[in-house]
Amino acid sequence: MKLAYWMYAGPAHIGTLRVASSFKNVHAIMHAPLGDDYFNVMRSMLERERDFTPVTASIVDRHVLARGSQEKVVDNITRKDKEERPDLIVLTPTCTSSILQEDLQNFVDRASITSNSDVILADVNHYRVNELQAADRTLEQVVRYYLEKARRQGTLDQSITKEPSANIIGIFTLGFHNQHDCRELKRLLQDLNIKVNKVIPEGGSVKDLQDLPKAWFNLVPYREIGLMTAIYLEKNFGMPYISITPMGIVDTAECIRQIEKHVNNLVSNKKFNYEPYIDQQTRFVSQAAWFSRSIDCQNLTGKKAVVFGDATHAASITRILAREMGIRVSCTGTYCKHDAEWFKEQVQGFCDEILITDDHTKVGDMIARIEPSAIFGTQMERHIGKRLDIPCGVISSPVHIQNFPLGYRPFLGYEGTNQIADLVYNSFTLGMEDHLLEIFGGHDTKEVITKSLSTDTDLTWNNESQLELNKIPGFVRGKIKRNTEKFARQNNITNITVEIMYAAKEALSA
Amino acid sequence: MSNKISETLTFECETGNYHTFCPISCVAWLYQKIEDSFFLVVGTKTCGYFLQNALGVMIFAEPRYAMAELEEGDISAQLNDYEELKRLCLQIKKDRNPSVIIWIGTCTTEIIKMDLEGMAPKLENELGIPIVVARANGLDYAFTQGEDTVLAAMAHRCPEQILLIERKKIIQDSNIQNLFSFLSLEKKEETINKNFEKLKKNPPLVLFGSLPSTVASQLSSELKRQSVQVSGWLPAQRYTDLPSLGDQVYVCGVNPFLSRTATTLMRRRKCKLIGAPFPIGPDGTRAWIEKICSVFGIKTEGLEKREQQIWENLKDYLDLVRGKSVFFMGDNLLEISLARFLIRCGMIVYEIGIPYLDKRYQAAELLFLQNTCKNMSIPMPRIVEKPDNYNQIQRMRELKPDLAITGMAHANPLEARGINTKWSVEFTFAQIHGFTNARDVLELVTRPLRRNNNLENLGWSNLTKKEKKNEI
Repeated sequence: MKLAYWMYAGPAHIGTLRVASSFKNVHAIMHAPLGDDYFNVMRSMLERERDFTPVTASIVDRHVLARGSQEKVVDNITRKDKEERPDLIVLTPTCTSSILQEDLQNFVDRASITSNSDVILADVNHYRVNELQAADRTLEQVVRYYLEKARRQGTLDQSITKEPSANIIGIFTLGFHNQHDCRELKRLLQDLNIKVNKVIPEGGSVKDLQDLPKAWFNLVPYREIGLMTAIYLEKNFGMPYISITPMGIVDTAECIRQIEKHVNNLVSNKKFNYEPYIDQQTRFVSQAAWFSRSIDCQNLTGKKAVVFGDATHAASITRILAREMGIRVSCTGTYCKHDAEWFKEQVQGFCDEILITDDHTKVGDMIARIEPSAIFGTQMERHIGKRLDIPCGVISSPVHIQNFPLGYRPFLGYEGTNQIADLVYNSFTLGMEDHLLEIFGGHDTKEVITKSLSTDTDLTWNNESQLELNKIPGFVRGKIKRNTEKFARQNNITNITVEIMYAAKEALSA
Repeated sequence: MSNKISETLTFECETGNYHTFCPISCVAWLYQKIEDSFFLVVGTKTCGYFLQNALGVMIFAEPRYAMAELEEGDISAQLNDYEELKRLCLQIKKDRNPSVIIWIGTCTTEIIKMDLEGMAPKLENELGIPIVVARANGLDYAFTQGEDTVLAAMAHRCPEQILLIERKKIIQDSNIQNLFSFLSLEKKEETINKNFEKLKKNPPLVLFGSLPSTVASQLSSELKRQSVQVSGWLPAQRYTDLPSLGDQVYVCGVNPFLSRTATTLMRRRKCKLIGAPFPIGPDGTRAWIEKICSVFGIKTEGLEKREQQIWENLKDYLDLVRGKSVFFMGDNLLEISLARFLIRCGMIVYEIGIPYLDKRYQAAELLFLQNTCKNMSIPMPRIVEKPDNYNQIQRMRELKPDLAITGMAHANPLEARGINTKWSVEFTFAQIHGFTNARDVLELVTRPLRRNNNLENLGWSNLTKKEKKNEI
């Protein structure tokens, strides 16, 4: 048992449902008790979906507990088959059905005899994998199912398209800015004269999956979901894949160079050269490179930041901050514990320390200890930041509804670099304002509120030191106060005077 | 399936394929209500994910609830349940020092048959903190019924009411000491009774149901106007202030989903249940007060006038809702009372979906609904227990109601198809009880209608692409 208040990645069935409901005309049936269909609420609310979420539950109640599901699951599958005529029905196990150990595969086999839809059982174990791993697996399972089916039926056409083309694998419902990223990737490929063969799973039809091998290569923008599918396709169809996330200027260029390599491997006559395109985009279309050189960005030099999120976003943002903007990343971390090795390798040399955990209190403690000027994390880090009075830019799920913006906000590609530059710059206190506040002693001289997480008040500030503290600009005041108190405690001082403040400053900056 | 609306109350039961919140969501409002409590939900990641997402911002406010997240070792009994729970509860005691820990049993603890009720007393002794066990799981219950299971479990923890006779005796004793022996015995008895009358006009009355403290005191003071004293609430603001119960105590529910609590109070604590309509809407509030007063033989004063006044204050909203139709998809068991109130407001209710209907506990409310329909000359709505959301949507497609009261899973898709919706969850969290809050109910109900008055002429009511014919 684990005492838990909050979690970064959801349970396995959420991953499966995200795959199923991303495809067009695929219905998921959960084997679950009443109330477990919370996924429908999330999709309907966060994504503001206009359509009914194609997920229903085959309810597990007392009767099921006593006698087993018997006909219930099969009936529910055949009923859905008649009502909605989906191409595919995915029977989704939950934590409850994991323990009931009913033979769900048997239900699937029975139901597929009578129904027109294809029926499969999602192969995920609730207690072994989380949302992201389950989504990765389920996507691979669906792709494999349809390619093998096509092969059996002899409809599999393995010839590649005449012109260079690519599949984009891993665009999902409820994914962090996935819709915008997808549009940006399509634009990027179009600029490179590469056709988009298929985008899966979002908006894709399972009937078209047999056309996947027609593409020249696969592009897997996110580390968490899609890699298993790409590896499967490589193994069975010899399709190369690119798993460099085109986030930030350097990595976008690197991703394009990889594309160039793969495309040139397959063409015989003329060779593609994307270098001029990269140069043009980097220097003149994207504003990020110029921004890094501009005076604005100079003010960010050496400022401390903390990064936390899923593996893809945390790694990319860390590298952007360190490599492209000259910001000091004091700590970077991810909750993707299953992918820790990859993550460590990616951020090696770009940060002072690495934190791999899915315990948000550890992240909170780390932030409180480091006291960065800005945080880049998930919604949880945003709230930690609020409490500590440190600004936070949200760069990764888990997210709230405000992270599903209506406007165009990609994180990938060249437009993505602009968005990220804005996000980073706006998160730090604006440089000039920073200076002015310091020069004029701040405009905010309200009484100091303790922002520290601990609530012990064994220290007293005398009038003078209180006044001195009030002169310090608001955004660093909490930090100075904490530092001084830390110093006072270390030296067994209970009464804080101006002298103590100065001593603390000297001690800490030494 | 017919869409004809019948003339009498009809009860139907469908498949139970409907969307609702898991009953563990009750921790959200109960931990705020019971200030010195700590709720420990013994379940899986699924439960945790639900709580985290359903409660949104609350989770960041250092709530007094947590998950005891079961891992594979717990499921396969490689770990000892008792030791594990002890470890977690010790930590909770150390960090938060609550007056009570409430264990919420979930589907998983049911299936693996974890003996929470057996372990609690043992651990309670060892820890020195009361541990209350409530099985609020999705196998048996829906949404608000979670509160019912918690309050039913708490009813066992309420102290025993000092019997009236004993109390009488205490007074008697003190009186005897004060009185001189030359008074006649008969007279003595009379004085004693008089003193006793002064002590309390009505027998002890305990109200059950968790309400925000302002709403609770509003209801208490409404009763006080009729000189009815409320001796306690279940739950109280603090666990340590639980009301005393016993066979002389009258109890009355304020919410329609508390049937288990009612049963427990009657059968186990021998209390006398006052079956009344629920104090939702001015009509409901008046009927509720009248019923309580009638049980105590008190004649109500100025109640009719008070109700009238409230209705007059609602006039602007009533003009908006009159003649409009409503469809309750059903998910929180408040549906019967809300429908009754809305019918009284002049609305037409096509269907009342409800997860579970206890016809005995809700008897007075059902009768009240029937009478309201007659008085307003409005056809009786059909009541659908354990509804099937898919079928309901088909029915809605034909009926085209002006307003659907529904869960969040269906709200946006229905709106995109031109049907106004109101999230049913809001009725659970808003203040809807008593005379004072009648306006809040209508504020919620009319919000989509008012919004549409503003957007009406833009021609965007249907925002879906051409659809397959078997959907709305």
